[in-house]
Amino acid sequence: MIMKRIGSVEFNFLDPETVRKMSSIEIKTPETYDKDGYPMEGGLMDPHLGVINPGIKCKTCGQTMKNCSGHFGHLELERPVIHSEFGRKLELLMNTTCKECGHILLAEEQVKKLQDAAKGKTVDYSKRILLKAKTAKKCPNCSAVVQKTVLDKPTNFFLNKERIYPAAIREWVEKIPEDHLAILGYDVKRVRPEWFVLTVLQVPPITIRPSITLESGIKSEDDLTHKLVDIIRINNRLKDNLEAGAPQLIIEDLWDLLQYHTTTYFDNNTAGVPPAKHRSGRPLRTIIQRLKGKKGRFRYNLTGKRVNHAARSIIVPDPYIDISELGVPEEAAKELTVPEFVTEWNLATVKKMVEKSDKPVYIIRPNGTRRKVSDENREEIAKELDIGYRVERNIQNGDIVLFNRQPSLHRISMMAHRARIMPGKVFRINPIVCPPYNADFDGDEMNCHVPQTEEGKAEAKKLMLVRDQIISPRYGSPVIAPKEDGVSGCFTLTMPQTVFTKEDAMQLLYSIGITELPKPDKGKHYSGKMVFSQILPKDLNLEFESYTSKVFRDAGYDPKETELIGEIMDKVKIVNGKLVSGVIDSAALSEGKGRLVDTLAREYPGEVIEEFYRGVNRITSYILTEKGMTASLAEFAVSDEIEALKNKVIGEALKKGEALVESYEKGSLEIIPGRTLSESFELYMVRLASEVKEKVEKAIMKEKLHYVISEEMILNTISMILAKSRGSSINLMNIAGFWGQASVREGRPKKGFDKRLITSNEKGDVGLLAGGFIRSNFLDGMNAKEYFYHSMGGRQGEVDTGVSTKVSGYLYRRLANSLKDLVAAPDGTVRTAANMLVQYQYGEDGVFPKNTKGGIAVDVKEEYKKLKDKGEMK
Amino acid sequence: MSEKEEQQKRHYLVPEHVLIRKEKVAELMAELGIKKDALPRIDKTDAAIKLLGPEKGDVVKIIRDSQTAGQTVYYRRVI
Repeated sequence: MIMKRIGSVEFNFLDPETVRKMSSIEIKTPETYDKDGYPMEGGLMDPHLGVINPGIKCKTCGQTMKNCSGHFGHLELERPVIHSEFGRKLELLMNTTCKECGHILLAEEQVKKLQDAAKGKTVDYSKRILLKAKTAKKCPNCSAVVQKTVLDKPTNFFLNKERIYPAAIREWVEKIPEDHLAILGYDVKRVRPEWFVLTVLQVPPITIRPSITLESGIKSEDDLTHKLVDIIRINNRLKDNLEAGAPQLIIEDLWDLLQYHTTTYFDNNTAGVPPAKHRSGRPLRTIIQRLKGKKGRFRYNLTGKRVNHAARSIIVPDPYIDISELGVPEEAAKELTVPEFVTEWNLATVKKMVEKSDKPVYIIRPNGTRRKVSDENREEIAKELDIGYRVERNIQNGDIVLFNRQPSLHRISMMAHRARIMPGKVFRINPIVCPPYNADFDGDEMNCHVPQTEEGKAEAKKLMLVRDQIISPRYGSPVIAPKEDGVSGCFTLTMPQTVFTKEDAMQLLYSIGITELPKPDKGKHYSGKMVFSQILPKDLNLEFESYTSKVFRDAGYDPKETELIGEIMDKVKIVNGKLVSGVIDSAALSEGKGRLVDTLAREYPGEVIEEFYRGVNRITSYILTEKGMTASLAEFAVSDEIEALKNKVIGEALKKGEALVESYEKGSLEIIPGRTLSESFELYMVRLASEVKEKVEKAIMKEKLHYVISEEMILNTISMILAKSRGSSINLMNIAGFWGQASVREGRPKKGFDKRLITSNEKGDVGLLAGGFIRSNFLDGMNAKEYFYHSMGGRQGEVDTGVSTKVSGYLYRRLANSLKDLVAAPDGTVRTAANMLVQYQYGEDGVFPKNTKGGIAVDVKEEYKKLKDKGEMK
Repeated sequence: MSEKEEQQKRHYLVPEHVLIRKEKVAELMAELGIKKDALPRIDKTDAAIKLLGPEKGDVVKIIRDSQTAGQTVYYRRVI
């Protein structure tokens, strides 16, 4: 509800009369407290300026600390000083007007012309006026000689190299007529330039500069108070000297000192002025420092407020809790509370809770008063409790909390979880929810917030619960999906070789809460596929190709080769909740593409995917701990055939490379359109290297697959590559095959010494081996030259990750900040916070990506198939 | 119309701009169910519409290619 709308805000200069009118007292003494510790009358801590101690009444308004927000005082300056922020403005005025009469240094008709152009309004023509006034030798109005004013920043003025003091400046600008000020950009109803020369200083209330009493009883004053004391002290000395008729030199010195103190009082970082220091040597934090910058009032206190009912700790994985759950450490749960309404239905329970346990910490009466529950008043409070009371109890299992990891780049950086109180000091999350938070467990910390109202709780539960966020609202495919172990585990389980004895099957099924043993499907044994089927909903039907089968196909295997290979390469078929054939791997489960996860999250209520993930977690942790999946160097050793192939292929490449070099040097090389000769040559060389690498890579992958197709599966890195849970054939190639071409900036490394990369190469050699080709692998180790080439590429990678995360992070932040307040309005348009239009249709097509399948709103083929299955279409 | 301006008008990145005169604007707004002052603005002297002779209060209809919807219609009010 909008009560009143702010039309506009105007910032202006506070004029001296207003300062005096606003003032509750004139401050005259630099002393703050007398020797008895009472505030001095007319001092900077005068009780007229407000109260900061409880119980004492304000001498100005008569109210206590709670209601009195403080009052301004004022300080009469003995001599005027320049306001340091306005030196530039004064310089401009002095260079455009006459010192004697205050007129603009332009001929009368020119002034008239500008005034006509302004049409009676206030318009700033000062830059234009200055351009012409610069050339004036005499004032067109009074014929006085014009002298140039120079500002020695921030506050010292020189007129024809002679110092001009603030009092004279004030007199000067006072003379400027109103109609001349209008075309210089000054609306005299609001501001007069002579106000830039201060005659009176406003003294802020003590509420914004409270003094602190240390434990030792010593009073410590605020930086602003210190600065004001300095000003008053000099002001009083100036006054004494003036009264005593001191020589001009002393007066001017004190005047400059007064100027220095007022300048640093406003801004202690003024260029050209040494910052005022505290006794300890620390620079004082004066007015501008309080407001400005990262640690200033705006960015630190106003945009960056801190909240109650929140906790922060290290996160740790726990596959035995649900994805929508959050393991909250006991220590945090003891501090976090949530108010619960006492109603006729829970009155008895709440009473018992107050009586028996040590849980409730506060009760809130219907009139809003709070009372702490302690062992002494426990029974009494329990008796008092009635409907309409609220009890502020500690959070308990099942409470809804929000969980967040910075940087909060998208909406799923903060999701709702059900709390589960657990021992220890860390938050526990199911590893499956890592991707949306982009979390890992190398020391990441996360924040937890407890919603305090029924509305907040309901909103969090309905809109933000983890299990309802599986499909990304950005691209319409799963974001919350198993990674690494979850995928490896399902792969192991569903491979044809995996069978269980009755005892093992019972153990495994019990871990997912199934107590009735189904009939065995492999003679006396149970297949892994059957176990996996137990966690699928009974009416699920799906068919797709597994990633594993693709790898086998690419490696050149034929499904007809053996029965086992045929089974592995089979399509994944799920018929009525039973996995009939195929292997479950990343094609079924992964983030972004996982077909099984996608279907479960889309077609079923949230509970189903949560239950499925519970099953996946338990089964995979069981199976991986039972069977073990590990890596050893032995699996990277290659057969003699591969070694021979490698040498042959590299030999060929070197020959081809030589041929290329020759034709390049002769100039007979075929030039790629749009490239120069040397660019074409470089491209050919890079292509040559990658072709070679591909050949060997395929051969190695094919050979290594034997680990998986043996009767007794050997679970190692190859299985991980196959399931696409971790690692790739490129990693395998780099360890077991050879590295290939080292690359810097998408090409062969170029920079180094004159016409060569390393001084041990010959000058001008552009061949494969001299251009960064690495024929060794990680297992054998590289030679010195190769190691150097490799490091060149490695260094670039390191720099790139650093730079690109920084740059893209800032780009994204700016984009997100500019879009964050946009809203899809009920009428389908997109609007800003001020209700202005941005789009006439949300996303131009009115489609919310979360409701699409990978961005496609309607999958016509699939819908057609569904209708055909139902018999509603032919 | 200078040659440069004609070139600008024909540039492939400039979508089609159609001027809707003041008199027809109320009708359009009723059709869209939108209040006129909520519309995004466009300067009278904007290079894309300068040649259409727009006046303050007119509305420009812009027909753009869209990644998501194929083609999309956008309205901006001339200031």
